[in-house]
Amino acid sequence: MKDNTSNPLILDNVSHSYGELAVLQNLDIKVERGEFVVLVGPSGCGKTTLLNLLSGHLKPTTGKIKAEGIMRTVYQSDGLFPWLTVTENINMGLRSIADESERKKELSELFELINLQEFKDHYPHELSGGMRQRVELARVLAGDSDILLMDEPFSALDYQTRLRLRSELNRLLVKRPRTVVFVTHDIEEAAQLADRVLVLSNRPATISKELRIDAKRPRDLTHPAVIEAMRGILAELGLQTDSSDTNRTHTP
Amino acid sequence: MTGQPFKKLSFLLPVAVIFCLLLVWYLTCRFHLVASFQLPSPGDVVRSFKEEFASGRLINDIIASMWRVTVGFIISVCLAIPSGLWLGQHLAARKAFVPMLNFFRFLSPLAWIPFAILWFHIGDKPAIFLLFMATFFPLALSTMAAVANIPKIYFRVAHDYNYKGTELLTKVTFPAVLPQIVTALRVTYGIAWIVIVAAEMVGCQDGLGYGIWDARNGLRLDTAVCYMIIIGVLGMGVDRLLAQLTKLPNLRWGYER
Repeated sequence: MKDNTSNPLILDNVSHSYGELAVLQNLDIKVERGEFVVLVGPSGCGKTTLLNLLSGHLKPTTGKIKAEGIMRTVYQSDGLFPWLTVTENINMGLRSIADESERKKELSELFELINLQEFKDHYPHELSGGMRQRVELARVLAGDSDILLMDEPFSALDYQTRLRLRSELNRLLVKRPRTVVFVTHDIEEAAQLADRVLVLSNRPATISKELRIDAKRPRDLTHPAVIEAMRGILAELGLQTDSSDTNRTHTP
Repeated sequence: MTGQPFKKLSFLLPVAVIFCLLLVWYLTCRFHLVASFQLPSPGDVVRSFKEEFASGRLINDIIASMWRVTVGFIISVCLAIPSGLWLGQHLAARKAFVPMLNFFRFLSPLAWIPFAILWFHIGDKPAIFLLFMATFFPLALSTMAAVANIPKIYFRVAHDYNYKGTELLTKVTFPAVLPQIVTALRVTYGIAWIVIVAAEMVGCQDGLGYGIWDARNGLRLDTAVCYMIIIGVLGMGVDRLLAQLTKLPNLRWGYER
């Protein structure tokens, strides 16, 4: 039985270093069930290391990580198996479902969600980058996954496709709520998608700012709360230079 | 760049090249630029081809050679691919075995001829042994290299979706390297086809290589050329067949990126 009140993902004073190089320092993160947490930070600050720790591919040098439930990752690109068709790739996510007819029903439901029915027998190399990421989304949402780790899933796409996939992800999460940890360097993406943004500092990374965005998801890119959040993140990263701006936030 | 009309006629290009080659050959003989005992004329070769075909010897030699290559190659594939898969997954094993494998890879299979005869006497066995020695090492090494270079991301995805043990091997590792394995098969098949001719020159009483050896002993260069043509054409033909594998839908990705 899943305890709905407990945190599915907890980092307890986690630090990580590669030999002499300290990458992450004393991270304390608690993710709520169904929460959408976005990690932003300068490149090379250890975002991907953090995801590898969460997914269990790396063991932290010190500290504890607790993760509960089935966890799946969406990668920037090439996460689909190229030797499998779209259908076969999505079916990977349904492997745990023993009943054949239930699997079929679930598959057609997922295809409907991502609206790629006519490409079901295509191979990944025959699809555009945006379509491939949609298939990846269907695959991670398939069956009974609990936590989604997203490692800059849209950053290999062109700007308009990126915007489209953001709303697609929003739409999918309304239908199939999941706990999401999303890593990006795209501030706009963070502000539009997140319930909570954690801004990481330069290496060794600590959380330099925590920002809650209370406006209900999904929200538009031009929603005041999104603009407000972007301002906060930019200020924290030292990228907000407009002196006319009076709303600058300096809160920790 | 290449328009439709060009595409339609492009198959004529290789035909034209071969035709020119035959023409040069014919003219060289016709005008006695080379003595006829040094280079048989196309006409002589055609006559000898008819002769060999009618006597049934040519067909018999083709079957003998194909049989040896098939058996030797299959034994080699059955042992080399599993070895390559295993070596590719274990760094320590790679460190231990690669120098030895490379040593044998660079050892010409023909160097094994004395041992082939000593151990396997005459008939099919020494030829099959030589084919095995010629193909096992390059095939095992290229499979190993392909496995060692599988992008890490596939194994991470496999971990997310609970692929383990045998299933990981058959559903992730193997399909991930299959395109490279097919390429390696084509290359090593080429090696096998070259080696069979040399292998049959010793210890065999039939086969295409023996045919050339026998023609040389009888000073029948027209027969030798006839056998050479057959060897070349058959080699190309089998390679075309293996090339069809690259058109399989779940392999295409490996050649299109």
